[in-house]
Amino acid sequence: MRDTGPVVVVGAGHAALETAAALRAAGHSRPVILVGAESEPPYARPPLSKGYLTGRVGTEELWLRPEGFFARQDVTAVLGDPVVEIDRDSDRVRLASGGRIAYGTLVLATGARPRRLSVPGADLDGVFALRSLRDARELRRALGAGGDVLVVGGGFIGLEVASAARGLGLRVTVVEAGPRLMGRAVTGTLSAHLAELHRAEGTRVLLDRELVALRGERGRVRVAELNDGTRLAADVVVVGIGVLPNTGLAAQAGLTTGNGVVVDRWLRTGDRNVYAIGDCARFPTPHAARPVRLESVQNATEQAACVAAALTGTRRPYTAVPWFWTEQCGVRVQMAGLTGQHDREVVAGSPAEGRFTVFCFRAGRLVGAESVNRSADHLITRRLLAAGGAGPAPDDVARPGFDLRRHLSPSA
Amino acid sequence: MAKITYKHPDGTETVVEVTAPNTVMRGAKLNGVEGIVAQCGGSAQCGTCHVYVDEGNTLPLPEMHEAEDDVLYGTASERRPTSRLSCQLPVSEAIDGLVVHLPPTQT
Ligand SMILES: Cc1cc2nc3c(=O)[nH]c(=O)nc-3n(C[C@H](O)[C@H](O)[C@H](O)COP(=O)(O)OP(=O)(O)OC[C@H]3O[C@@H](n4cnc5c(N)ncnc54)[C@H](O)[C@@H]3O)c2cc1C
Ligand code: FES
Repeated sequence: MRDTGPVVVVGAGHAALETAAALRAAGHSRPVILVGAESEPPYARPPLSKGYLTGRVGTEELWLRPEGFFARQDVTAVLGDPVVEIDRDSDRVRLASGGRIAYGTLVLATGARPRRLSVPGADLDGVFALRSLRDARELRRALGAGGDVLVVGGGFIGLEVASAARGLGLRVTVVEAGPRLMGRAVTGTLSAHLAELHRAEGTRVLLDRELVALRGERGRVRVAELNDGTRLAADVVVVGIGVLPNTGLAAQAGLTTGNGVVVDRWLRTGDRNVYAIGDCARFPTPHAARPVRLESVQNATEQAACVAAALTGTRRPYTAVPWFWTEQCGVRVQMAGLTGQHDREVVAGSPAEGRFTVFCFRAGRLVGAESVNRSADHLITRRLLAAGGAGPAPDDVARPGFDLRRHLSPSA
Repeated sequence: MAKITYKHPDGTETVVEVTAPNTVMRGAKLNGVEGIVAQCGGSAQCGTCHVYVDEGNTLPLPEMHEAEDDVLYGTASERRPTSRLSCQLPVSEAIDGLVVHLPPTQT
């Protein structure tokens, strides 16, 4: 590995910014250059589908670092000028504006883009995807105008938008093709609880139903048609049907891709001088049987720290415990670990009172937990998973009066 | 406006002026004070904005609500009687001069 020459980070989002900050915090003195396609300085995306839409969070609260950060930390940020090509023979990237930047180490942090709707009418005005601050500004304006809101997709983003739009007093319908909400991400227990919460707030939740067409008037969306013949009024349509990793640059440069830029335990691609992190990277983890690609701030931040550590001489494999959170209908939902492969669930607490945790086990071992308004369970589960011990047994959790805090040894 | 002092584990300190309606967490982020991670952006979910309020503090701080208390049971650095989530400490003139200690690690 080379340890000279600039560290060039492609993307100026969450993972990119944290890479620069972590490098400088560790006293790294090579030049650091962030190149971002968007013209805004790095900002937090999570509020975009939550408080930002309702006006609770203002734009000035989104910036991840203060104005003077780049100058003070001696980090160069090139914004609004995407990288269009990586030349691994000459170790340079080429920008849309034509400029070229030489790198010693290249970090790909290009994130992901929304999957597009492929039905007639998908390009009408009033149809939104939500990834960037620009998207969020436009959506916020549209929601401000009122009307009927249709959310396509019952995943994280769709449900957060539904919750925010209901909070603004709009009529909201969520259409989900699968049999339950957040089907890929959470247990049936949590899915059912969320569906109940959204319905109680007055959102119409339609499961097992697909959008087949959008119809408009004078270029603006008005009506949505579902596969069972239902027609719904729709003035604003928000499409939340997942994202695709931005792997084009890597693929063009001959790096291995496939649902993400493929990296090893050290987050390195097949080229020793090129790393990939954040939403665009697919990596092996001790927490899952197969390599995964994760979309979370935790993953972006901790992968950035891992790469910065490698570049400053404290190389370690990436083993962080994945976790996620979402806010819907005024409740805190937190998930720790990857629960996709569990074979047993035990619920602690009271779903009826809106405070519970679903503990997930595989072959008797704790693999993750989903908590609703039970943060201690969430945080302690994370620490137990990080420590790699056995954690509580399913039968312990099932006992009345179970308290996970007792399972946290001081050293864990 | 309030002056807030962030004491780092290595003994150094950073003093910044923070205006309402920010929080002690935002004050650190806005001024580039490293040591506060704040992954959840201030919604009392992540526990990565944990601070220890100075032992000698006499300034009025809001009561801890249930969500904050819950999160503080799982922070990466040990919980102490002085533990708070800095995102739950709003800045106002009433806390001018507040001193908080940053824990050794947030994640
Ligand atoms: C609305 C919304 C809500 C979310 N809510 C949560 C939440 O509650 N909790 C949570 O943990 N996570 C949440 N996430 C996910 C989280 O924001 C992402 O996981 C995180 O931002 C990933 O960071 P990243 O740096 O990999 O990608 P991004 O932050 O997306 O940054 C990638 C950047 O790279 C730029 N880029 C792409 N290609 C190029 C190129 N060729 N040249 C230059 N720049 C390029 C992009 O324009 C973008 O700015 C949410 C995301 C969205 C969109
Ligand atoms: S910023 Fe996450 S708990 Fe305070």
